[in-house]
Formats: sequence, structure tokens, C-alpha cells
Amino acid sequence: MADSPPKTNGAVATAGLAESGSHGPLNGGRKTPEPLIFEKSVPGRRAGSLPPCDVPRKPVAELIPEAELRTDLSLPEVGELDVVRHFTRLSKLNYSVDAEFYPLGSCTMKYNPKLDENVAALPGFRQLHPLQPEETVQGALRVLYELGQLLGEITGLPGVSAQPVAGAHGEFTGIMMVRAAHIKAGRMRRKVLIPDSAHGTNPATAAMSGYEAVTVGHDRRTGELDFADFKAKLDEDCAAIMITVPNTLGLFERQITEICRLAHDVGCYVYCDGANMNAMVGQVRPGDLGVDLLHINLHKTFAVPHGGGGPGGGAICVTSDLEPFLPAPVVARRENGSYGFDHHRPDSIGRVHGFHGNFNAALRSYTYILSLGKEGLYDVGANAVLNANYLRSKLRQAYPLYVDRICMHEFVLDGRWLREHGLRTLDLAKRLIDYGYHPPTIYFPLIVPEAIMIEPTETESRQTLDAFAGAMLAIAQEAREQPEVLHEAPSSTPIGRLDEVRAARRPDLRWRAGIAGEAAESLSEARHEAAVQGRY
Amino acid sequence: MMAGYVSTTDQERREMLDAIGVASLDELFRDVPVHLYKPSLDVPAGLSELEAWTHLRTISEQNLDLDHHPSFLGAGAYRHFVPAAISHLISRGEFLSSYTPYQPEVSQGTLQVIYEWQSLVCQLTGMDVSNASVYDAATGLGEAARMACALTRRQRVLVADTVNPLYADVLRTYTTGPNIEVLPVRAWRRDGSHLLRAESLADAVDESIACLVVQQPNFLGWLEQVEGLAERLQAAGAILVVAADPASLGLLRPPGAYGAGIVVAEGKWTGGPLDFGGPLVGMFACKQAYVRQMPGRIVGATVDGQGRRGFVLTLSTREQHIRREKATSNICTSEALIALCTSIYLSHLGKQGLREVAELCLQKSHYAAERIATLSGFGVATTSPYLKEFVVTCPRPAAEVNRALLERGIIGGFDLAGYSPDLADCLLLCCTEMTTGAEIDRLVSALADI
Ligand SMILES: Cc1ncc(COP(=O)(O)O)c(C=O)c1O
Repeated sequence: MADSPPKTNGAVATAGLAESGSHGPLNGGRKTPEPLIFEKSVPGRRAGSLPPCDVPRKPVAELIPEAELRTDLSLPEVGELDVVRHFTRLSKLNYSVDAEFYPLGSCTMKYNPKLDENVAALPGFRQLHPLQPEETVQGALRVLYELGQLLGEITGLPGVSAQPVAGAHGEFTGIMMVRAAHIKAGRMRRKVLIPDSAHGTNPATAAMSGYEAVTVGHDRRTGELDFADFKAKLDEDCAAIMITVPNTLGLFERQITEICRLAHDVGCYVYCDGANMNAMVGQVRPGDLGVDLLHINLHKTFAVPHGGGGPGGGAICVTSDLEPFLPAPVVARRENGSYGFDHHRPDSIGRVHGFHGNFNAALRSYTYILSLGKEGLYDVGANAVLNANYLRSKLRQAYPLYVDRICMHEFVLDGRWLREHGLRTLDLAKRLIDYGYHPPTIYFPLIVPEAIMIEPTETESRQTLDAFAGAMLAIAQEAREQPEVLHEAPSSTPIGRLDEVRAARRPDLRWRAGIAGEAAESLSEARHEAAVQGRY
Repeated sequence: MMAGYVSTTDQERREMLDAIGVASLDELFRDVPVHLYKPSLDVPAGLSELEAWTHLRTISEQNLDLDHHPSFLGAGAYRHFVPAAISHLISRGEFLSSYTPYQPEVSQGTLQVIYEWQSLVCQLTGMDVSNASVYDAATGLGEAARMACALTRRQRVLVADTVNPLYADVLRTYTTGPNIEVLPVRAWRRDGSHLLRAESLADAVDESIACLVVQQPNFLGWLEQVEGLAERLQAAGAILVVAADPASLGLLRPPGAYGAGIVVAEGKWTGGPLDFGGPLVGMFACKQAYVRQMPGRIVGATVDGQGRRGFVLTLSTREQHIRREKATSNICTSEALIALCTSIYLSHLGKQGLREVAELCLQKSHYAAERIATLSGFGVATTSPYLKEFVVTCPRPAAEVNRALLERGIIGGFDLAGYSPDLADCLLLCCTEMTTGAEIDRLVSALADI
């Protein structure tokens, strides 16, 4: 990693580097690329061993017909140390919240308590088969049941299922429930209203669930839903409106109760994308606002570590009216105080997961909520919003905000001014890496042309926020004075900017036995050509 | 005042509010309807770390875990050996606490892991391309059915009734929205003889069918006769979708070898503990020609300005963040860390180790079946080749047998009454390399005693 400050004029750079020091973005990270595990394979080498067969053994060919047996299996042949080194080295090529500040907007990269990891590893949770008799898993069922009670209380939406395993999965579950509720009431509706600032999963979910996604604009001045456009598009053909609160600009939708009222007047449900729930925890309950359903990204608000892209949790919380439509089975508490799965759910949309969802994500969130308790929950929302506003107030001197007002847990800068210097938001993002920071979310929401979306979360200290602001301000100055430094960034990482066009035009999506580098590439290219001209 | 994981002091908070230019935290929430602000939550007071730990450990002890009780449950969740290296490696904060790899320069670790995972999935299944994972095998089959419909522009899918019924449930939920018709294909008989054959499909497959979904080995444990299925389907322009089992693929020929167009498999059990069934991770692989209809993230290799190899998320014009309502799927966050477990597992075991796992399952299940068949009143209904699961007929309802086993400290098999009323006296038993000969002997004496 860079042992010297980023290439720039010293004074400003040191300000930004106050906290991350001279480590660069990947603390103790490697400069040398790591070969693929396949490239380390040596014929005949192996790691570990399995116990000998302790039952009388028969020739395999007697048990399975020859024709059903595989003749080749080209997996890596490596030793245990090879494996441990390989993956340890790969880990060192990653940025992480355990090591550094991760201001990725919309992603709520808060600290994930280590206690939750130990709890998830308890053998009494870890070594449970999902189909064990209910009387043998009372503890696990209690966790799922009580998590449902807690999430119901926090959101004001008492019908809860932890079966969905991600935000988008929760959206799908919710919109399928809306569909089932309309059908049950004899209403065939075709549309789902979605603000133009929404996350891509919202329209994708609507389409997956058989609805037409109808876009509603936003008010450029307030950054909120364009109320007139909403009213014009709302009619009895709308099954639901999917709205994000606070919205993806980090702003509270001040008309939300009115939006809910108008929607309900025409029998349209209000689905809240709960990805931004962190701002509301302990401050306001979506159910009280009039929302009918909401998913929670347990891997955002409730501290499940994101794992480089999952596993997460997408618990769905709904009003009691919609409760009958929850995915089956639901965890119930019986009269005798025991817990069990209620499979008799005639109105259920059916299952959305092979078993009970991401149980050990639910377990982590349960532990987290019990640890925080009532006051701790209040502190989450309050400090998430405090930190965001503090950072916003420090950055607004150099970076225009798309909408300049008090924000909730995140805010969006407008990076269009960088164009005057021949730069883009992307260049700023890459330069931040040289200062030791993971860039914010960029180019989302789509309504902000050069969006820079920053979410600090409640677990960051003031010192961290100050240091990050220092880096951002230093880069703003560089952009004006030495734009080329931004163009060349990052210069402190093991690799530079990658050729994404080439990646998409000549897809190389896997290692192949006996075919190296260019040959594999032209093969996949040839196949791609064949595919384009192919039958489908 | 502040507990939990917030470290800001009261003094700092005052200074920060000053810097913002507001007098109180409440002022930051002025956009929230005032009568709804700061609700009184009915949530208990917070716990210290020690209290929380003790509480959770106590709850965990209300469960009967399989480290301490022999179990013959499979039915879609399998207990395989997990090398110690895996939990250590995935606990590294750099893997555990990173986000989806949106910034490749600081995410090469995760990106290379996914590229290797895609490669391992392809090697294992015999397919051309794979993605960064889907949620699980069940949702993977749902995605596969939708994908087959999109590829063929057809609206009907055939699903063998020997596919795991929980998978079939999820597949139905996934196909309801676009009004895809799911047609079950009868594929089993109580006597264990199978009905699913290429010839017998003739009537069911016509030009309206997008795909046939089969599971290999099937839910009841035995091998379907897959030979010729793909050709029969192709003749009608339809696709063969296969749900496979990674551990069994240590011995069995890969679905790519018998013409599968899309392959889905549950990757959790090769590298991960049972975890009460979640998180899981779906392997999803297909023919090259279908790659642009695949759901989910895909990682590709490319180069930087200096020609150095690096990995990026690619072919993203299929995805929700770009295509929105026209995306192939809505999936965003998936199961990266569990895919990492599986990648470490497959690298650690390697070609030899995985083969040995599959063979140990094969030997143990056959030994168990042979012993049980000698017990009076019990029989083995499976007559086709099987690898780790087989069906046992019992002299009493299967539920009663399971209860009697539990009284003797044994977690029995899967009660097939829930799968089909015709099988109310049948148990689906599973043995893996974790099942010892002594445990099998204990099961056999317990059954003899019932
Ligand atoms: C606003 C918003 N909605 C939905 C999602 C989708 O959630 P997930 O990635 O858990 O599927 C995200 C996460 O990226 C998001 O930021």
C-alpha cells in the first residue's frame, strides 16, 4: 500500500489523511496480484483428510450405474496452507468497515457487533436442521417469534415474516402480498406507482410480480415526491405505490401521511422500501405514518454484516389486515407457551425461501436489538441523523447539495461542477481511495446527474467524520488546481481503473482447464458470437 | 445517556449540533409529523454484552443440536464435514464486513472470490457460465423457470413431482406474477419404479412448454433416468432445468453432460453448517447462449491501464440498477459470504476429497438401508440407484416411528406423509460422511425395539 501520502500538494493532503494515516485504503494490503486458486493446483496435492469408511464397503460400480458416474472433476488440488494463504491474501485486497470508514449511501455500513458473531456460532443454533421436530428447536423458534414481535413494535406493522433474505426479496414478498390481497377482494389492478428516485429493485420487483411500473416524478425544489404528478397518476388501477422513506435523497417525505390517505381512498396499498429505516428507528414508526407494508434490510439497519454481498435479511412487516397473506409457514406461539410453525395459511402467497429465511441473520438482529434496548434504538436513528447533518454541514461549503436542507441519515451532493474541470464524480470517487476511503455511492439516485450519496451511520465518531470531510475538501481543491491527479486516481491500489468495456464486450467469466489467458478469452468471445446469433 | 454502539459524547453532540446550526436533536427531525415523533416503544431496556450473551446462550440450549444427537434427516438440508479453515477465513473482517464490490480497486478480494466461485460452479456442474449466486436453490429454480420462459417466449413449465416440494412451492410463488402455468409431471411410484422417462414425456412436451424441471438425485433420493430428456425437450424447443446436489456431484456425472440448459444447486451444505436452514446459497449455471438472460451479478476478468488482470462486475445491463423494470431479476444483495464458504470448501477438498465425501455417503446409506431391510416390518422402498437418501417403509405411521426414535435420543428421518398421503408409513432417511457406523447400528437397534 502507499506508504507516502497521495500524490498531491502536501498541506491539503495531510488534512485529509489525519485519520487514515499513511496506510492507504487497504491497511497492510498487498500490491502483488494473487493467482487464481486453479493456477496453484498441483496434480496429486490435497488438503486434509476424511475418516476411513467404517462400514462394509462395496464397489461403487455395484451401486451406481457406470453411465451415471462422472469421468472428470477438475477442482483445484492444493494443500491446506495453500488454501489458507490464498484466501487470506484475497481478503487483504478488500476494503471493510472493520478497518475503515465506509460512507456508502443507501447501504448503512454501520459497525457489526462481534457479540452477534459469537451468538450465531453457538452450536445450539448452528447445528440445527431446519426440519427437526418443533419440540427440539424451541429456542430457535422463540428467536424468530420474538424478533417478529420486536420488528412489529419498532415499525408499527405487527405482521412479520423473516423468510425474505434480502431487501429485494422482501419487496417481492410484499408486492406479491398486495397482489394476493387485491385478488382476494376481487380487484384486478395493473399498475404500481414508483417515484423516479427509487432504487432499481422497486421497478424490477413490480415487473416480476406482474405489474406495470409507472414512474412518478419528484419536485426539484423539495426533493420529495411530485405531489401533483402522484395525484394525477393515482387511480383505481393502482395496486400499490412503492415509496422510500426517507427517500433516496435522504429527505423525509413530508406529505407521507397525505400520500397514504389518498392512496387508501382508492384502495391502493402503500409499500415502503425500508432500506432507509435506520433514520426512523426509535424516531417514528412507518405503520403510524399510514404505510401498509415495509421490508427491513437486516444487513443495514439491524447490523448483520454484509459479507461482500450477502447474506442479509429482508424481513417483511405488514398491517394486521395483510397478515393472512404472509409467506407460509409463520412462527406462532401456542396457548401452552410453546412455539411452532403455522402451516395452515390459506391466503398465504406461498413460500419465498427453501426453509425459514436467513435464520442466522435474524439471530444476529435479535441479539443486536436486545443489546440496544429501547434507549439504544432511539440512539440509532438520532445519531445516524446527527452524523449525516454534521458531515453535510462540513461539506456544503465546497460541494453543492442537490437539495440543501436538513437531511435524515444521508444526503446527496451534486457533482456536476466537476465537469467544469473536465472531471466526473467517478474521478472524485477514485481519488478518495487514495486518501484511504471507500467512495460514497455514486450515480444513484438516477435523478441526480453526478450523484455523490453519503451515509455515515451512527457508529462513526466525530473524529472519523472530520477526517473524511478533510479529505473531501482537499479533493475539491485538487479538482480545481490539479484535475489530472483525479484522472489518474487511484494510484495507491494493487490495480488501477479496470477496463469495464472490455469486460462486457469480451466476457471472461470463468477459469477453464487447460486454456490460459487469451485463448480462454477468444473461446468465450467465439461462444458469445454464437450466442448472439443463436436460437434465442 | 448513550449506550449501544454509538461513541459520541454529550459534549461532542452539543458541538456537532452547533456546527449544524440547530439547538437540539429534535430540530433535525422537524420534517417528521410532530404527533408521531418519538413513539414510546414497548421494547425492554438494553442488555450489557455479558447479559445478552448469557440470554442467547440459554436460549440456544433449548434446542437439540446435531453435534450431540445422531440424525438421519436430509430432505434438502445435509450435514457434511466443514474443515476448520472455513470459519476462520470467513470471519476475517475484510470478507465479513465489506459491501457488494462496487469499487473494484478496493474489492479485488471479493471479486476474485466470485470469479473463482463461478469457475468452481461451472467445473462441478459441467456448464459454461455461472453467476455470483442467488439466494438459495429454491429461489434459483424460480428464477430458472422465469428465465426459461423469457428465453423461449413461452408460459408453461413442467415440474417433476420428485422435485423437493419446498422448492416447488417457491417456484410457484416466483411464477405467479407473470402468470406462468406450472404443470406437475408425475415421476414416482410407491414401489420405487420411476415414471419419468424421455419416452413417457412425449405427450406432455409440446411447443407451449418452456422447460422441464427435474432434480438429480430426486427428492426421494434416487437417480432419475435423465438420459434423452434434454434431446426430447430440445426437439420441442424447450429447456432442461436440473436441480443438482454439489456433494453428490463428487461422483455423479454433471448435468452439463446430459444436456441441461440451466442448473441450480444448493451450495450451503458443501462448506457451511446447517444454521437451521439459512443462510443458504444458490448455485446458478447455464449454457453460454443464455448468459444475457441470467439473473444476478456476474464477475468477469479484465485488465487495468497497465495490462494487469483484475475483476469487475460485468454484463450489468441485465440488472435492476440499470434496466429497472426490464431487468432479468430484481436480485441485488445475494449470498456472497456463503459462496465464499463453498469456494473454500471445494478448493480445500479438491477433486479427490469431494469424490471421497460422495463415496462415503454412498457406502453409509447403503449399509444403513441393508441393515434396515432385515428388520421385520421395515422395508426399503427405493429400488433405483441412490446416493445418500432412501425411502423406508415402516410398520406404523412414520410420525410414530420418529417420535419413538426421538425418545431414544435419535432424530429420525423425514416423515413423507407431508409429501404424499400415499407415503404416510414412509421415512426418507439420509446418511452422509458425518454418520458413523455406530450411529447406524444404534438406529437399527432402536427401530428393532419399536
Ligand atoms: C433504497 C434501496 N432499496 C432496495 C435495496 C435492495 O436491497 P437488497 O440489496 O438487500 O436486496 C437497496 C440496497 O441496495 C436500497 O438501497
